[in-house]
Amino acid sequence: MIEIRLPASEEDIRKLKVGDEVAVTGVMITGRDTAHKYMVEESADEVREVLKGGMIYHCGPVVRKDNGTYSFVAAGPTTSIREEPYEADIIEKFGVRGIIGKGGMAGRTLEACGKFGCVYLHAIGGLAVILARSVKKVQGVHKLEEFGTPEAMWVIEVDAFPAVVTMDSHGNSLHDEILAKSEAEYKKLIGKI
Amino acid sequence: MQKLSEHFLELIRRASTILPEDVRKAMEDAAVREGKSSSAGSTLLKMLENATEAEKTSTPICQDTGTLVFYVHYGPEYRQKAIQDAILEATADATARYYLRPNAVDPVTGKNSGNNIGNGLPYIHFDQGEKPGLSIRLMLKGGGSENVGAQYKLPDSNLGAGRDLEGVRRCAIDAVFQAQGKGCGPGTIGLGIGGDRGTAFLESKEQLFRALDDRNPDSLLAELEDRLYRELNELGIGPMGFGGKTTVLGVKIGTRHRLPACYFVSVSYICWAYRRASMILKEGKVSYD
Repeated sequence: MIEIRLPASEEDIRKLKVGDEVAVTGVMITGRDTAHKYMVEESADEVREVLKGGMIYHCGPVVRKDNGTYSFVAAGPTTSIREEPYEADIIEKFGVRGIIGKGGMAGRTLEACGKFGCVYLHAIGGLAVILARSVKKVQGVHKLEEFGTPEAMWVIEVDAFPAVVTMDSHGNSLHDEILAKSEAEYKKLIGKI
Repeated sequence: MQKLSEHFLELIRRASTILPEDVRKAMEDAAVREGKSSSAGSTLLKMLENATEAEKTSTPICQDTGTLVFYVHYGPEYRQKAIQDAILEATADATARYYLRPNAVDPVTGKNSGNNIGNGLPYIHFDQGEKPGLSIRLMLKGGGSENVGAQYKLPDSNLGAGRDLEGVRRCAIDAVFQAQGKGCGPGTIGLGIGGDRGTAFLESKEQLFRALDDRNPDSLLAELEDRLYRELNELGIGPMGFGGKTTVLGVKIGTRHRLPACYFVSVSYICWAYRRASMILKEGKVSYD
């Protein structure tokens, strides 16, 4: 298990390889479809500081509110590929060092990981209770009213958030490997009657 | 006597927080097959641990509590409108209690209704029977798995798929290959053959109410289910797309009569967090499963 502290340096991130198990500690934000569109199209100054050397967690949590204080109840990752049109630009624009989600991403994001020093970390989909426990505190939230609970940008403190590197900054992607292997099987299955 | 909406709230709580026994069993067996030291095996064990914790703490197994799909069968002593009102009340209440994430978004304004009630949500299918009593089946179908569903129109020359069961087989293999790890596998596959575009999808979803270990009464379909279960697991996509022998937990196939001109094959994929629950209310007594 490799410990990553946020903000992360480019050097730390470049050391990571596909297959490495990591535990992330520090402050990050959640962001999904609406947030990604917003971060690309607007200046999004309110998230600049947390994104510099930081990470974006593709997650639309269930959030409890008690006496004005928020806490995460259930918070597994959402499917990352929907953010493929935006992610490379966001990595470049904000200096993001890690994207956490599920299902992997495609060529443009992989290229941006290599060019700017970023990794894609895969969390297990549906691991909502266990992952919510590693969110120690909700520091704040941006655009809650406008975007709604799942789409808002939640600023969270995480402690030893568990994930696996599936796309690294050296051009490797576990998702490409599995796609190629399963494609060979697929062709065999479709080819035979 | 408890209000109907209180029973329905309990039904929603159970669906969101308890992994059904047959699904748990299938995943435990898969974890043994994969082996603890493999990433597929350890992923399955973490999923099971998460489900155990969710049940213990009455917390959603997955934060995407999905679309609520209700199938209601009611006797002559009930009024459909009263059941519908009670379902809406329970849905809003379950959201306020964090058993559900607010998941109803207006596609034009982007506004989240905040309580899971919206145009067409929750989805409720009613049918009335002649015997007294009320039975309800509920499925929570997450958006990630919904996105990897697919519909094919046969013949499909790219797949070499004609209007027969071999063509259906090819569609299923293609859909699961295209889905890769994006549907949160190991998934269970519902296939709807025939119908029109709308009812073919409904059929594929209804199939997902079946128990994983049941047997299709139609022997040809049962055979295809077994074959696809074996073949889809040869794809090697594995839990979450990390690779492994367990890409699907089951395949369920249903049919609807089609128009002469149309031959649809609809594929519904449901994630490992395969949340379904049912309740029966009879002579004032309620039981859940």
